[in-house]
Amino acid sequence: MKTPSRRRSADDRGFRLGTGFFALLVVLLVAGIFFELYRTSTLSLQKFGFRFWTGKTWDPVAGEFGAFPFIWGTLYSSILAMVISTPIALGIAIFLSELSPRRLRTPLAFLTELLAAVPSIVYGLWGIFVLVPIVRSFQIATPEWMKKIPLFSGPPLGVGMLSAGLILAVMVIPFTSSVAREVLKAVPSTQREAAYALGATRWEAILAALRFGRTGIIGAVILGFGRAVGETMAVTMVIGNNPQVSASLYAPQYSMAAVIANEFTEAADNLYLSALIEIGLVLFIITVIVNACSRLLIWSVTREVKAKAPKPVATMAFAAPTGGGQ
Amino acid sequence: MNKTRRRKALSGFVVFLCGAAVVLALIPLFLVFGYVISKGFSSLNWDFFTKLPKPVGEKGGGMANAMLGTAYLILIAGVFAIPVGVVAGVYLSEYGKKSFGSLVRFTADVLNGVPSIVIGIFAYGLAVLPVKHFSALAGGLALGFMMIPIITRTTEELLNLVPGSLREGALALGATRARAAFSVMVPAALPGIMTGILVALARIAGETAPLLFTAFNNRFMTTSLLQPISSLPVQVYTYAVSPYDDWHRQAWAGALVLVGFVFVFSVLARVVTRRLERMHRT
Amino acid sequence: MTETMVSQMQTKAGSPPPPAEPSSAPPAAGPSMAGRKIRMESKKLNFNYGPKQALWDISLQIPEKTTTAFIGPSGCGKSTFLRCLNRMNDIIPDTLVDGDILLDGNDIYAAGTDIVDLRRRVGMVFQKSNPFPKSIQENVAYGLKINGMAPRSEIPERVEKALRRAALWDEVKDRLDTSAMGLSGGQQQRLCIARAVAVEPEVLLMDEPCSALDPIATTKVEELIHELQRDFTIVIVTHNMQQAARVSEFTAFFMLGRLVEHDKTEKLFTNPGQKITEDYITGRFG
Repeated sequence: MKTPSRRRSADDRGFRLGTGFFALLVVLLVAGIFFELYRTSTLSLQKFGFRFWTGKTWDPVAGEFGAFPFIWGTLYSSILAMVISTPIALGIAIFLSELSPRRLRTPLAFLTELLAAVPSIVYGLWGIFVLVPIVRSFQIATPEWMKKIPLFSGPPLGVGMLSAGLILAVMVIPFTSSVAREVLKAVPSTQREAAYALGATRWEAILAALRFGRTGIIGAVILGFGRAVGETMAVTMVIGNNPQVSASLYAPQYSMAAVIANEFTEAADNLYLSALIEIGLVLFIITVIVNACSRLLIWSVTREVKAKAPKPVATMAFAAPTGGGQ
Repeated sequence: MNKTRRRKALSGFVVFLCGAAVVLALIPLFLVFGYVISKGFSSLNWDFFTKLPKPVGEKGGGMANAMLGTAYLILIAGVFAIPVGVVAGVYLSEYGKKSFGSLVRFTADVLNGVPSIVIGIFAYGLAVLPVKHFSALAGGLALGFMMIPIITRTTEELLNLVPGSLREGALALGATRARAAFSVMVPAALPGIMTGILVALARIAGETAPLLFTAFNNRFMTTSLLQPISSLPVQVYTYAVSPYDDWHRQAWAGALVLVGFVFVFSVLARVVTRRLERMHRT
Repeated sequence: MTETMVSQMQTKAGSPPPPAEPSSAPPAAGPSMAGRKIRMESKKLNFNYGPKQALWDISLQIPEKTTTAFIGPSGCGKSTFLRCLNRMNDIIPDTLVDGDILLDGNDIYAAGTDIVDLRRRVGMVFQKSNPFPKSIQENVAYGLKINGMAPRSEIPERVEKALRRAALWDEVKDRLDTSAMGLSGGQQQRLCIARAVAVEPEVLLMDEPCSALDPIATTKVEELIHELQRDFTIVIVTHNMQQAARVSEFTAFFMLGRLVEHDKTEKLFTNPGQKITEDYITGRFG
């Protein structure tokens, strides 16, 4: 009768538990952030409930805490940033991973890294003194008929949603493009080779790679969105810091991160502070969800590459309609 | 044949667009660097590096305390974040294939994406609220929390690059698991791990938001853990949004120092990575 | 793969395939060890990778100060068994061991065994050389330092002794502080041997040590083994039968996780007791 037995040394267990404890700290940190934020915002959560997020007036001095302008501002500025930055970021990713001559690759990649490494405050400083005046002159130059459209209405202040969107776009571009590059790197070269073997042009072969990695690319874009949502300093320096809800690109508005940065130290009473922390809590939840989704999407591509064998050539459905080449 | 020509034209056009995208992205880079260098360079003088800020409205003074403050803050952050990050990374590379390892990896990535201002609120609740005043410790905590996931992931990834045969070789000589990890695996990956740490330090040195209500600011030089302390990014921010021209000038100088710091570290990181790759290839 | 081998054997040799059931006939009795001191011994060792059994009832004796070779086709379990001898399989999750392995009469799998000490006493050289990215000196001294075997002052002396033993001293004596990664493949493997013998093991396990080396380097290592076996008990796994014949005094033939035959090398190669052994040696399969 066979009796299976397993022997493991005590030292191995000790090492595993010891290092595992430190790894656990990382998990506890995230959990801790959530609980701490929840705990310190209960005052506001209990007092206002859901009305907090539908109210459009933010006037703490008068006791009015409507946080809708901040969600509006955050989403507007982030989506605007993504609209501007995504094509450019993808273009860079494609260029660097597929098109650029080997010599250029390293210096260009280095320059994009540099863009990503510039601190937010420096972008903000540049935003105030360089970008905003440029935007203001554009606003002044807007033809009258355009100013009638709600999107472009309002006095030419320079600070406002447009400046915020632009500066966020600049900051997000290197981030999205480097993640997209990683995804493209993970796409096996056999995908492109199969396309070329079928007579594809450069762009069509790239499309094949993009299609293979599309979930990952979407993940990269969402990750960039998450970054834009949480950006604080550059935004608060150019968005105007006015808690109003406006469709206009020219109107000074506010974002969740910006209001926290500006008013946290001014918050005179506990309710005010608690309200600001509640905004922080929701910001946290949004970024966690966005990050989690995008990581899962990216991971699905990089994992699929390891598990699957390359697709058979016949499934290269991207191929141009067989009108011309035979 | 027409179709083919059209396809080729499309392909060429797209290639052009991608190149244009690169150029477009480089424009703000050069603009930002250009302005920072040109506006900041002239304000960099001996005073800037050695003097304390003058009272509101007065001309002159410097950011000596802010620069020291930043150095102090990253020191506090590093003291706890580096050990935690490295050891957590060791755990992930030794035992991280199971579900707990995936959880840790996932939360580290999520933590990386949490806005720095939220981390600031967390540190505020932890270290400022209970004692009712700002402190360098609170600021260091916030910055350290931001460093941990970066260091954890880079350490893990670099340790995974070290061949497992080295671990086996050490174990076969009678090393304990812990010994094998810390005296063979980690030293083998050390150049890369150090790069990861330096990159993380450079990133948090430029952070403003988490310090706004943890370390706050301080007009004077201080090395006390329990007092508010000034930092370069916060000082630049305060000056930038003020109405004084002289302060604007100094803000550009401060930004230049920050950017210079970032540039040096990026170059360093690349050099070390290149050296690493060459070493492993022999 | 084993299925193919079985059917191959059926068609080629015309003899019945070896039994695949656990309740098989016991392996052929080992050679007489009269008058020899036994260093290591396994008694009915069974081994599992998770649910998959890899070794069945391995019982053999390893006499001291000589070389025993393990041969057999790929996947027959010889490396697995070798790694049981210094409990290297412990680091693979979900492995199960049943049966005993004795070192000088003590069960190495008994609860409370000091594994660290076991691995110092039973050293291992791997198929692909794995020097640490440190200097040559640091590599050889590593085992000494972690086991606290010599005071600082003695270390250079011990390092020299080990390097001489591995026939590497003359080639590296002028560059002990340079990186080990700069050595050639054959030199690196001899460095690993020096590193292993520096801690004065009682048994030295070698897992296909020459398979990644060119013929000249291989010859050097085989000469080394001849020298080393005067002081150490050596167990070598090899897929090269000529090497086993050149180097070892005893040979054990493994197949499909079982020990088929274990005898003096000379006898096993000229007059094997089992038909399967003869088929393997004459190259009918594997």
